[in-house]
Amino acid sequence: MKQYSDLEYLRLSRWQKFVYKLLSFFSAIPLAIGHFFANIGGWIKKGVTAVADEFKDIGATFIHGDWKTKVSYVVMGFGNLARGQILRGLLFLVFEIVFIIYMITAGGYWMSMLPSLGKLGPTQEYNAVLDTYTTVYNDNSFKILLYGVLTIFFIIALVYTWRLNVKQNKLAEQILKSGKKLKSDKDDLRSMVDEQFYKTLLALPLTGILVFTVLPIIFMILVAFTNYDGTHNGYSNNLFTWVGLTNFNTLFSWQSAGGGQSYSATFGEILAWTLMWAFLATFTNYFLGMFVAMMINKKGIRLKKMWRTILVMTIAIPQFISLLYVSKMFARNGLINLTLLDWGWIKQPLPFWEDPTWARVTVVLINIWIGIPHLMLIATGILMNIPADLYESARIDGANAWQQYSKITLPYMLFITGPYLLTSFTGNMNNFNVIYLLTGGAPTNPAASGAAGSVGYTDLLITWLFKITTGAESQYYLASVVGIMVFVVVAFISLVVYNVLPSIKNEEDFQ
Amino acid sequence: MNNTEKRHMGLKALNRVSNTGIYILLTVISVVWLIPFVFIVLQSFRVENTYQVGYVIPKQWGLQNYINLWNSDFKRWYLNTLIIALAAAVFQTIIQLCMSYTLSRFRFKLRGPLMRFMLILGMFPGMLTMIILYRVLSDLGLTQANAVPGLILVSVASSGMGYYVSKGFFDTIPKSLDEAARVDGATRLQVLYKIILPLAKPIVIYTILTAFMGPWGDYVFARYVAFGTSAGYNVAVGMYSWLTNDQINRMYTTFCAGGVIVAVPVTILFLCLQKYYVEGVTGGAVKG
Repeated sequence: MKQYSDLEYLRLSRWQKFVYKLLSFFSAIPLAIGHFFANIGGWIKKGVTAVADEFKDIGATFIHGDWKTKVSYVVMGFGNLARGQILRGLLFLVFEIVFIIYMITAGGYWMSMLPSLGKLGPTQEYNAVLDTYTTVYNDNSFKILLYGVLTIFFIIALVYTWRLNVKQNKLAEQILKSGKKLKSDKDDLRSMVDEQFYKTLLALPLTGILVFTVLPIIFMILVAFTNYDGTHNGYSNNLFTWVGLTNFNTLFSWQSAGGGQSYSATFGEILAWTLMWAFLATFTNYFLGMFVAMMINKKGIRLKKMWRTILVMTIAIPQFISLLYVSKMFARNGLINLTLLDWGWIKQPLPFWEDPTWARVTVVLINIWIGIPHLMLIATGILMNIPADLYESARIDGANAWQQYSKITLPYMLFITGPYLLTSFTGNMNNFNVIYLLTGGAPTNPAASGAAGSVGYTDLLITWLFKITTGAESQYYLASVVGIMVFVVVAFISLVVYNVLPSIKNEEDFQ
Repeated sequence: MNNTEKRHMGLKALNRVSNTGIYILLTVISVVWLIPFVFIVLQSFRVENTYQVGYVIPKQWGLQNYINLWNSDFKRWYLNTLIIALAAAVFQTIIQLCMSYTLSRFRFKLRGPLMRFMLILGMFPGMLTMIILYRVLSDLGLTQANAVPGLILVSVASSGMGYYVSKGFFDTIPKSLDEAARVDGATRLQVLYKIILPLAKPIVIYTILTAFMGPWGDYVFARYVAFGTSAGYNVAVGMYSWLTNDQINRMYTTFCAGGVIVAVPVTILFLCLQKYYVEGVTGGAVKG
């Protein structure tokens, strides 16, 4: 494609700039991939040297270190204890002891089972006392996978701590040699609320994220490579095991699934609707919300506060009430159809939730009803920040209302809310509540009957994922493949938008 | 009358016309936005039948639906949700403020990677983790009838990820305030609770408010955790079950009554603290 010089670029209109950036992003992709592979060699080399340096340093510290340091290589924290840093030394030592006990009692078993995810499923054993067969539960694939991952985390933590322990010994020796004093326990405690205060503050939130977000996500990514489902729950019926890329092949296969259309066609349809929905939901809300905010903000309009409060009030009402209620209002025998029938305006109930197109349009319209108050609030705050003299000088130059809007208001809004638009787009892609509470994915798509979790025309990827995981035949492995695909799509869109967006701001500018 | 004045008069007339148009539009919008809620309230007082009908104003008024509500499991669900909401308001706020304050004020080696890492984590659909969290909670005995502590644990544990809005607020408090206090010998801890927290009152209230309101609408995970055991439901899961095909004709008006009981306190609280909410939302969006 044609490359513009800086000067030529500045002469382009806003729209041309946008297209130019978009095109240059995509045309740069092959080059970037090329760079990536060309650089791999360099990275590997860098990595190897870094590891080699670490080992060199570990060796050198051992050779040159005193006996306290040498003992610390086996008994972590010994150096700290011997040099009077009781608190640090105890922490190291306790961590090592806990690790050893854990590995002997449990960790070793989980690690050894990880490659097979369990060898023996539940068995029937004869019980002589009761003279019956009872089920005996043996290995548990679910726990093996979970605790196996946890054990790997633990081992990495130990290696890191051990390295830290070696480094501390080296540092302590250096400090003592130069005649300075080591930090006492009291200093350490004080620094926990001072220089190192960030560690204290982050400890709790990060532990939570690690255990309740990172660990589950790693687990679920791994599940995509197993056959974990309702009939292989890893414990009470059958064990599950590694199956490689089979599940990805299933999702992307062109073969008809159970008499219906192929999985890849179903997936493609849902993905297309998900993207279309996210686009419609984001931009209808954005422009209509901005429009409402501008009407309320207009000079000479009275009762501004009242109009705003009316809209804001609807934010407070829990979504499940409003969504469920509205969903039933539009139902076949709901308020709207019954009223229109009573008045004789229609002969047949309108198929709000029965016809695919009707359902999709209705969902988007109701989402406008849900979303506008929010956008109105955001837009109000930004509109009030636009310098008034911009409009004044525009008026003097004879700009009409539309010109003022398209040349001042809109660019300003787009610039400021660029990142918000992105998050709201990806948020809408995963907008479970609106779709599930309104339609539950209905109307059912008969062509996709072969795919897991009855697929409907308004199903997003996220509601499909949910449907796959509930019910007796929950195919967790497929759900986790779908989840990974959602991640890939969201990450790709974010990457493109971040590269095209004008308002990538340096966060330090604000402070 | 010269030309400029004429033009001026014309503009004024035009302005009046367009303002009238705006008033009409705003009135229509207000009606559309409020009408479903008015309908819910009206139908909650309808006693002649319990299913959906083609009119709004009850033919017979009464409190039967509210009495039904009192005799159902609704009390339990309401209490469950209230406990979760209160706990979330306390613990989520603490965790989110720790996180956002740290990321706004400290510059440490892993700060950038940490923020990028959390951005990437946020791109995974949260629903994916439900399957495993459910199994783990059920091993701990925190599902079904004991769903409340389980839900609190899960909703609080990952709340550090939602630090963006309050970090944006902390970013606007000048760093020179911290530095001045540090020069005077205050520790970081003292800076936090003597200088920053008093200034951060709006964002603290915003965080408490959003944390408190979240659980009232939480459906999907709550249903997963409490599956099939009424004693562990929250209001969303419980009331959803009233609108399924086999229940709706008996429970429709009761659902409306329940909706009123849930929505009224939350809405009043929200309107009282509206100012802080607006500040948080607008600030957060501008910061991105």
